[in-house]
Amino acid sequence: MAEITGAGPHGRRTDEETEAAVAPAPVPAPAPALASRSRPADGLRAYRLIAGMWLRSTMAYRASFIMTTFGNFAATALDFVAILLMFSRVDALGGYTLPEIAFLYGLTSISFGLADLAIGSMDRLGRRVRDGTLDTLLVRPAPVLAQVAADRFALRRLGRVVQGVLVLVYALGSFDVHWTAPKVLLMPLMMLGGAAIFCAVFVAGAAFQFVAQDASEVQNAFTYGGTTLLQYPPTVFARELVRGVTFVLPLAFVNWLPASYVLGRPYPLALPWWTAFASPLVGVGCCALAGLAWRVGLRSYRSTGS
Amino acid sequence: MGAGRLYAAVAAGGFRRYATYRAATAAGVFTNTVFGLILVYTYLALWDVRPHLGGYDRAQAVTYVWLGQAFLSTLAIGGGGVEDELMERIRTGDIAIDLYRPADLQLWWLAADLGRAMFQLVGRGIVPFVFGALFFPVALPTDPLTWAAFLGAVPMAMLVSFGIRFLVALSAFWLMDGTGVVQMAWLAGYFCSGMLLPLNVFPGALGEVVRALPWSSLLQAPADVLLGHADALNTYVFQGAWAVALLAAGRLLQSAATRRVVVQGG
Repeated sequence: MAEITGAGPHGRRTDEETEAAVAPAPVPAPAPALASRSRPADGLRAYRLIAGMWLRSTMAYRASFIMTTFGNFAATALDFVAILLMFSRVDALGGYTLPEIAFLYGLTSISFGLADLAIGSMDRLGRRVRDGTLDTLLVRPAPVLAQVAADRFALRRLGRVVQGVLVLVYALGSFDVHWTAPKVLLMPLMMLGGAAIFCAVFVAGAAFQFVAQDASEVQNAFTYGGTTLLQYPPTVFARELVRGVTFVLPLAFVNWLPASYVLGRPYPLALPWWTAFASPLVGVGCCALAGLAWRVGLRSYRSTGS
Repeated sequence: MGAGRLYAAVAAGGFRRYATYRAATAAGVFTNTVFGLILVYTYLALWDVRPHLGGYDRAQAVTYVWLGQAFLSTLAIGGGGVEDELMERIRTGDIAIDLYRPADLQLWWLAADLGRAMFQLVGRGIVPFVFGALFFPVALPTDPLTWAAFLGAVPMAMLVSFGIRFLVALSAFWLMDGTGVVQMAWLAGYFCSGMLLPLNVFPGALGEVVRALPWSSLLQAPADVLLGHADALNTYVFQGAWAVALLAAGRLLQSAATRRVVVQGG
């Protein structure tokens, strides 16, 4: 029976089932030598092995890979098409010009794209809980988080990152920014910090699925919804909403705050200037909290027994 | 059992099946509401700069957003209709069972999809729409006739939507893995139905082209009836013509598929 939860609210996962039919079940990561390492190293190694396995299985169907990557690229580019359509009728949105919005768009697409590429498959956890296949992961000698994160690793999601890079390059080529050393330094900092923040959202969303298995779609509101929100300037949104995504779910640190610094625009809220540089720190904090949530979720897991 | 009763039972089954997943429905309602919230603010920013863009005022633009969120899963604009399951059955060969049933393949799946769509409209569509109407300035008609005309355009939209997706699903008879086609269909549907932006905001010739395509029957046509922008009768004729054309094409393709294609075994 088809899962009605299978398709995202905006169908971003229409390409999700590609490998379902062709790829073999994941092979357990080899156990030897794992015991001697630390847990994070174990996790990274397991992640690398499982992701590599999925990569090889993807590359067995090269034409399909190329098509789905292009599809991913085109599907995610649709958001930018919407912005271009808007700018066919106006010169500025919320006081921001097209290149400035393209700057925001490119940054969030890269951050979110990297997180989605790395651990985007985690939103399938609810399905694993429901059909009982999570039990298989629990008995393997590798951290469950790494296994779930690497599950169905899909390189085609590079499509979104590539698309974000192209839009960012366009943006950087079309406006004049007085580049200073801190601004240049801020560029990689915010992209990585932003990716960490989105990773935390994915992990927290997966932890929530231990509780509400069928409700996996809730996290789409924060992942896909979050990146959609960040594509537009903060001046567009209600103040309470901006406060919420600054202090409660700190998505504003992905691009709004740092980009305001680079563009020399006023911050969305009256915050000190250095908050623009806080993205990596916020990212680490979010990941720690999400990690805790994951532990709680995993501890509360009860197998369906089937 | 009369044929009508059979398909009514299939439709009721489709409705009940989707009604089973309550948590998933609640999650969908939440997500659609959040997306609606984000879109409303971007639309309002747009309409702040150009107050009468596309002939809509601010309240009408807001109404359009929430209608889009209500219709997204109802009309499976973002995927998730019965076509996924139909394609899977074609791929695995289970379609053979469907073909020897004493029921018509197209009507059977149409009934199942209408049941699904009705549930999605009631279960997933209404709450975000009401939320939008409560918290944002919306332009809802006071004339019950306009509401009735709008409610007439919704089933027509469902028929056109199924007509498109049935064609997409049948491609699996020839292609086996229909992922690529589904993705293309999704892209076209999302762009041409007005989910991105109302079609009357599209510039120049592009606007005229997308308004003539079948996808404009899905969201734009019912929205224009609700917002008093289009004559109901003309809208019905437009939607009806596309529904007939698409369903007829589906029938042709179906007979070609069942005659020529060897069902997957094993």
